[in-house]
Amino acid sequence: MPTCSLKLHVSNRSTAFTGSAVAALKQHAARRMAGGAVLLGLLGLAAMLSVALGARNVGWAEITAALSGQVDTMGDAAVASRLPRTLLAMLAGAALGVSGGVMQGLTRNPLADPGLLGVNAGAALAVVIGIAWFGIAETQRYIWTAIAGAAVAACAVYAIASLGRGGATPLRLALAGAAITAALSSLTTAVVLPRGDIGGLVQSWMVGGVGGATYDQLLPVLPFLAAGFIISLLAARKLNMLALGDDTAAGLGEKVAVARAMSAVGAVLLCGPITAVCGPIGFVGLVVPHACRLLAGSDYRWLLPFSALGGAVLLTFSDVAGRMVAHPAELDVGIVTAFVGAPVFIWIVRNRKVGSL
Amino acid sequence: MSASSLLAQDLVAGYGERTILDGVSLKVPAGHTTAIVGANACGKSTLLRVLARLLTPAKGGVLLNGKDVHQLPSRRLAQQLGFLPQSPIAPEGISVLELVSRGRHPHQGLFKRWSAADEAAVADALAATHMSELAERHVDELSGGQRQRVWIAMALAQQTDVLLLDEPTTFLDINHQVDVLDLLTDLNRERGTTIVMVLHELNLAARYADQLVAMAGGKVYAVGPPEKILTEAMVRDVFGLQSRVIEDPITGKPMMIPLGRHGGR
Repeated sequence: MPTCSLKLHVSNRSTAFTGSAVAALKQHAARRMAGGAVLLGLLGLAAMLSVALGARNVGWAEITAALSGQVDTMGDAAVASRLPRTLLAMLAGAALGVSGGVMQGLTRNPLADPGLLGVNAGAALAVVIGIAWFGIAETQRYIWTAIAGAAVAACAVYAIASLGRGGATPLRLALAGAAITAALSSLTTAVVLPRGDIGGLVQSWMVGGVGGATYDQLLPVLPFLAAGFIISLLAARKLNMLALGDDTAAGLGEKVAVARAMSAVGAVLLCGPITAVCGPIGFVGLVVPHACRLLAGSDYRWLLPFSALGGAVLLTFSDVAGRMVAHPAELDVGIVTAFVGAPVFIWIVRNRKVGSL
Repeated sequence: MSASSLLAQDLVAGYGERTILDGVSLKVPAGHTTAIVGANACGKSTLLRVLARLLTPAKGGVLLNGKDVHQLPSRRLAQQLGFLPQSPIAPEGISVLELVSRGRHPHQGLFKRWSAADEAAVADALAATHMSELAERHVDELSGGQRQRVWIAMALAQQTDVLLLDEPTTFLDINHQVDVLDLLTDLNRERGTTIVMVLHELNLAARYADQLVAMAGGKVYAVGPPEKILTEAMVRDVFGLQSRVIEDPITGKPMMIPLGRHGGR
């Protein structure tokens, strides 16, 4: 056993350390840059395909024409209508990816996804009640109703998890989330079942899709998403601390309750509005952060931006795939992500040390 | 780095209705190593948590260099006082370098870039714990003893005058236990870091600590140098164990030999 001496050769050792560690850091940084570049390239490709492909496939000329504002041919019109859809797919994917990453960080649960805090179930119940009892039909009203429902559900989950000593621990958040989700889902069923007249309407919302998106749907969610992205990125350092365990985080000067609440607000602001517009889209928030960990490492300051890119890529490609598979009809993107996500999910559970996030 | 002292006054603390610490006062002298010993559930970890401000006492307070720790902003406190819990969590796939770097958290702001001082502190912490060579390795791949060194390196990178450790040797083989305690002693001697740790192993506590704190039933049973504290009477009262205490032939410190029912020759 070598005896430890702090005085001896510290400067020499730190030079040696600096050399090798800097090399390692550069290597990591290079890999990250390459990964980021690939994701950006994929995103560009996905966006192009999303604009070009569908019931009517269009060519370059029509795309550039439509992008410059001309709508002369059917192709131009198709492109113009696919633009907001593509934007929504990218935004939704990015929001769900980041939201999932934040949720996994704040609960230290690798299987957490944005629905964990009851957000999806809350949004769904609110929309269903709105449709069934108050006859709402306009998109704008949907969105506000769903956001309100999501917020109320998330607050309820958080409040229940905070009861008793120790505050909102990861386990309690997961349990309270599961309980509230189950309760809200049965309420939703109870509201819908006796109302055959609204079944179809509710069903189409529940599947989750970006088809038929318009700028009118897109605009109201933008402020929420902007706030959500900013808060989540500001919380990234705090998530790095929470990842070491609550006690270690507190020992390093982080206020654990504040860190957790702030991250939760960021995650809900991202996934609530997206759920409102698209319906619940599963698996993106679960799978994307895991895949991105391979590229970005465990530092949330990198992981969250990567998850935004990765989520946008996955959802946009899934949407395009949904249009291809059932051509000329369409498969909703929520169904496609489930097909992609389920195998990845199983792979995660089988191959990774679940629980050691 | 100047030595810092900790003072706990009339602490009453617990979880919910359950009182665990019942009137604990303790002076931790600056620049010394203090080990807290006692039977399970005697309140030793709770005392450490209150000292680290992880738990707010119902009554009493903790003074760090004469200032109430509950009045200090958490970042300021974390610049002066480090805490290593019993089972910290290493995120999957994190490298040694990255984990140790996180010890710089209280010295960084939201927009403050990684500085030369941060770099030097991390390099120094890795060198002091002999982890420089392994800086790029994943923490998951290390042995239990190496992993504990990484956590201590992280606490070192925090560069605090006071370091609190909750059972830093649990789950380690005896050679690694001695290794960790040697390392902490080096820290204490060469940097003047005030160390307070909860230890399970009575003989190691007596050997490495300047001051022993024996706790029983949520109160301090006795405080003082190991020679005064580790006695057959203390072992009987605190642990309910019959023992013989002899002089350790190597260091001259007291050494406890449990008698048990099959102790006879």
